[in-house]
Amino acid sequence: MSDSHAIGETPLAVEHEARPELRHHFADEQQQRNAASLGMWWFLGTEIMFFGGMFCAYLVYRRIYFPEFAAASRSLDLIVGTLNTAVLICSSLTVAMAVRAAQMGKRKLQVQLLLATIFFGLVFLGVKGYEWSNKYKEHHIPTFHYNVVGGNGDLIKENSAFLGIDKVKNDPVKLAAREAEIQKHTQIFYSLYFALTGMHAIHMIIGVGIFSVITWMAWKGRFTPEYHTPLEIAGLYWHFVDIVWIYLFPLLYLIDRRPGA
Amino acid sequence: MFDNFPLWPAGASSHALPVDLLYIFLVALSAVMTLAIFATIAVFGMKYRRRHGREAHQIEGSLILEIAWSIIPMGIFIVIFGWGAVIYFHQRTPPRDSSEIYVVGKQWMWKIQHPEGPREINELHVPIDKDIKLIMTSQDVIHSFFIPAFRIKQDVLPGRYTTVWFRATQTGTYHLFCAQFCGTEHSGMIGEVTVMTPADYQTWMSGGNVVGSLAQNGQTLFQQLGCSTCHRFDVQGRGPNLTGVFGKPVLLEDGRTVTADENYVRESVLVPAAKVVSGFKPIMPSFQGQVSEEQLNALVAYVKSLSQAPAGAAGTPTSNPGTATAQPRD
Amino acid sequence: MATTAVLPERKNYINAEHGIRSWLFTTDHKRIALLYLLSITAFFFIGGFFALLVRLELLTPAGDLLLPDTYNKAFTMHGQVMVFFFLIPSIPAVLGNFLIPIMIGAKDLAFPRINLLSWYIYIAAGLLYLHCIFTGGVDTGWTFYTPYSSLFSNSRVIEAGLAIFISGFSSILTGLNFVVTVHRMRAPGMTWSRLPLFVWAHYATSIIMLLGTPVIAITLVLVVLERALNLGIFDASRGGDPVLFQHLFWFYSHPAVYIMILPSMGIVSEIVTCFSRKRVFGYNFVAMSSIAIAVIGFLVWAHHMFVAGISLYAALVFSFLSYLVAVPSAIKVFNWTATMYKGSISFSTPMLYALGFIGLFTIGGLTGLFLACLGVDVHVHDTYFVIAHFHYVMVGGAVLGYLGGMHFWWPKISGRMYPEGWGRVSAIIIFIGFNLTFFPQFVLGYMGMPRRYWDYSHMPEWQGLNVLSTAGASILAVGYLLPMVYFLWSLRYGKIADDNPWLATGLEWRTPSPPPTFNFDETPVVTWEAYEYDKMPLPEEVTLER
Repeated sequence: MSDSHAIGETPLAVEHEARPELRHHFADEQQQRNAASLGMWWFLGTEIMFFGGMFCAYLVYRRIYFPEFAAASRSLDLIVGTLNTAVLICSSLTVAMAVRAAQMGKRKLQVQLLLATIFFGLVFLGVKGYEWSNKYKEHHIPTFHYNVVGGNGDLIKENSAFLGIDKVKNDPVKLAAREAEIQKHTQIFYSLYFALTGMHAIHMIIGVGIFSVITWMAWKGRFTPEYHTPLEIAGLYWHFVDIVWIYLFPLLYLIDRRPGA
Repeated sequence: MFDNFPLWPAGASSHALPVDLLYIFLVALSAVMTLAIFATIAVFGMKYRRRHGREAHQIEGSLILEIAWSIIPMGIFIVIFGWGAVIYFHQRTPPRDSSEIYVVGKQWMWKIQHPEGPREINELHVPIDKDIKLIMTSQDVIHSFFIPAFRIKQDVLPGRYTTVWFRATQTGTYHLFCAQFCGTEHSGMIGEVTVMTPADYQTWMSGGNVVGSLAQNGQTLFQQLGCSTCHRFDVQGRGPNLTGVFGKPVLLEDGRTVTADENYVRESVLVPAAKVVSGFKPIMPSFQGQVSEEQLNALVAYVKSLSQAPAGAAGTPTSNPGTATAQPRD
Repeated sequence: MATTAVLPERKNYINAEHGIRSWLFTTDHKRIALLYLLSITAFFFIGGFFALLVRLELLTPAGDLLLPDTYNKAFTMHGQVMVFFFLIPSIPAVLGNFLIPIMIGAKDLAFPRINLLSWYIYIAAGLLYLHCIFTGGVDTGWTFYTPYSSLFSNSRVIEAGLAIFISGFSSILTGLNFVVTVHRMRAPGMTWSRLPLFVWAHYATSIIMLLGTPVIAITLVLVVLERALNLGIFDASRGGDPVLFQHLFWFYSHPAVYIMILPSMGIVSEIVTCFSRKRVFGYNFVAMSSIAIAVIGFLVWAHHMFVAGISLYAALVFSFLSYLVAVPSAIKVFNWTATMYKGSISFSTPMLYALGFIGLFTIGGLTGLFLACLGVDVHVHDTYFVIAHFHYVMVGGAVLGYLGGMHFWWPKISGRMYPEGWGRVSAIIIFIGFNLTFFPQFVLGYMGMPRRYWDYSHMPEWQGLNVLSTAGASILAVGYLLPMVYFLWSLRYGKIADDNPWLATGLEWRTPSPPPTFNFDETPVVTWEAYEYDKMPLPEEVTLER
């Protein structure tokens, strides 16, 4: 991969030979570490903009279709969602602890904590899959027999006052029109729900992949107190994915959970 | 010379003059700035051309100049902004007592509905010197209603109404264009706006005049009503090519075969979904209520003529100013 | 002059290793720059081919050359190829990649392997887009407006959207590399205020690439999902809002135009200083204006939507901000002109391109004022006036800057001089051809000729100006082909270049032409300001070869 070079026996070259992790175009390890760190922070900035577009769409539609969004939000399983949030926060804890273990030179502990992180990540994804399959059964996935009026996934009965159904109950024409509207507007919520959580899940999967590699590197003893940059920046990425979820959870699950509303 | 190289559009509404004045100001300003920069560069280029032994004179900069050529342009820009904003505000605020006309854009025609009853397709007749507000929506994609001579343009959106207003100040006919790309026949979604004196407008309102043979009228209608956008003669369009169709058997989607006689043509215009030709989709809109009996006769006569004349002779699109127009609904 | 090398060839980045694997798996920023050069040139010709189809069709009022759907695909793919596969990568990925490390005294970019990945992502995106072209093409206009693109178009929208989505990652990674490199890899003594303006320009460009590109990425994802899964996010009949797409699209696509012009402005700063033998007038102002353009450029997107149905008050705000963003560009033009004052000016090919840039960018920028002006924009929006405006800034601006830069740094990149006479002739041909092509379009636009019209048979009076435009395009095409020919010619027959043929300042001119793989044998220590032309010898002996 690296081009042959004729730097020869300069002091710089000697130092590079002694520290193979130090890549040749960097003057010293600190520069390399700073560059990697800055690079990851900027990359996370781009990720904020990436999710930002969907958040923007969400905010626009939530404002104009609030009752439907609230009703649809209530159909999400709060207990399962909260559990999943806790799982993800734990995984961020284990990542931070793994970095600390690397700083202390404890190889075995690093590996255990990294494996725990991957485990929590997989649990999160599994629970997500469970939630999605529930949504499928309730006909809440757009284009797959979507229906929120009657049937498994009925949103009308429990939210009839909130959705303004009570007011038009006696007028069949108005009722049908309002139900059609609810069908349309809740579908936008679910479209965004699946787009957002789906995009988040893809990032989690990528994160699990990255951490598998990192765990293997840790097991091979590649990380020392002096050098554990890949672990640190992978940790940054994981924390970011966690933070995205911290925003998604209240926006999707907690729109309006007032009892009896 | 200017017939082939026209350089300025006609100005036929009360918006035209303010917009043109601002435009001319901007052109003048741009010309002055451009010439100034070009001339300065040319002068510097010649005066300070590389000459043996002469060195360049190093100058770091000048704060005063930097401030000057930031503030002064910004000042000019604020003037332009304000001027344009005032015109725009006026353009977007229809007068309270404007007459309203409804416009529906669809791929690829403009359907216009006067509140007094008459409907038009790809044509808009308006009286001069009256405030007219158009209330517009789209049936499918985003279009844009553009009359250059009036200096108005407004996107037409599905699921929403948008409005634009104008007061025509000159009689005549002017182009109407769709200005937002909308698919295959975007450049065919054009029409004509006719500004008339109040007397002529009244006459038009209460019934048009018809000239020419029945088949010729039919051909004009075929253009005006937008039939030719789908029933093309040059290439396969979204609807069947009607050359040589009349009097022959037609295979339908449901497997039946019928003869294309007068009744078939009439039914196809009024209830197109009743008999859909095999291989085509049931997308033709109905013209029920938009064509009178006389107009139906004209269309039938035209389709008949496509089986008598050699192919292409009757089919060439012509740009015919409106002579036959939709009759008011009974 | 001798055209065959008689000196033994020094080891440089080109002859350091041989074989195709050494190129395809390189991490040397200079080799990656050449990989990009080949790819973007190929796409330039593809985009140019589509332009040829458009201009030929418009020679006559009737739509008699192409079917309407084919024409719609031609202008769509012309726009998408030129914007996403040529203009956005061109200067940063070719000249930026090649020069930035050398200009700041570094051995390479911060992340050389990511640099190579960036190119591979670009190639993957490009191949996907080519597949889209050959399996039917896309006809939505480069702007992909919904609901036409999401629900109505019968063309390969998903494929085109995905290809552009992928190409965005190439852009993001390039920007990432540049930002970290400029922050962390500057040689000792190379402070921010000593950076060449080329580097400042690319830094500002990279900020936009990083923060803007992800937004179009997610927007295209939403359109693709909408189309593939029949969602209703942009479908009015299901409660969605097609105008939301426009906001999301333009949030990136407006800053994108600054991605296309800022690097070119950086090049102009380098060339004007060198061929006036002067430091730039108002270094701080030129540097800061790049940052200002990047920042304010994110605040003006809805000036593309004045008649789209936004509120009156939103329109007022965006119009005002659009005037604000024009000020830093004006400052640059004034500063470049002032740089020439009392200079020692020579009209080499790069200088001709730079001066052409200043003139044409001035016209393009001034016509932007027309479009920012609410009252006038209502009339000229979506007409040929807009087309003329953006071609003035993107071709008259960005492309001329790119060509000027290619000529200026060609000796450094290839070790050869291009033939100066042919260089000047081509520059003049391009200037004339360009103006003839696009100036008539301002008139056509005010007359009312809308964009994206396949047929104008009901308005035959427009033909005259359209014929002039097509005639200009054919002259422009000749102008573009000439440099291709003589650059290739120069690789074998061009005069061997000195290390610093232009006697320019800048660290890149203190390395051999072409440079060795690691740029510097020893890390330079910078103790001088940028553009210290008073310390350079007079180029008396430098005669520009014919």
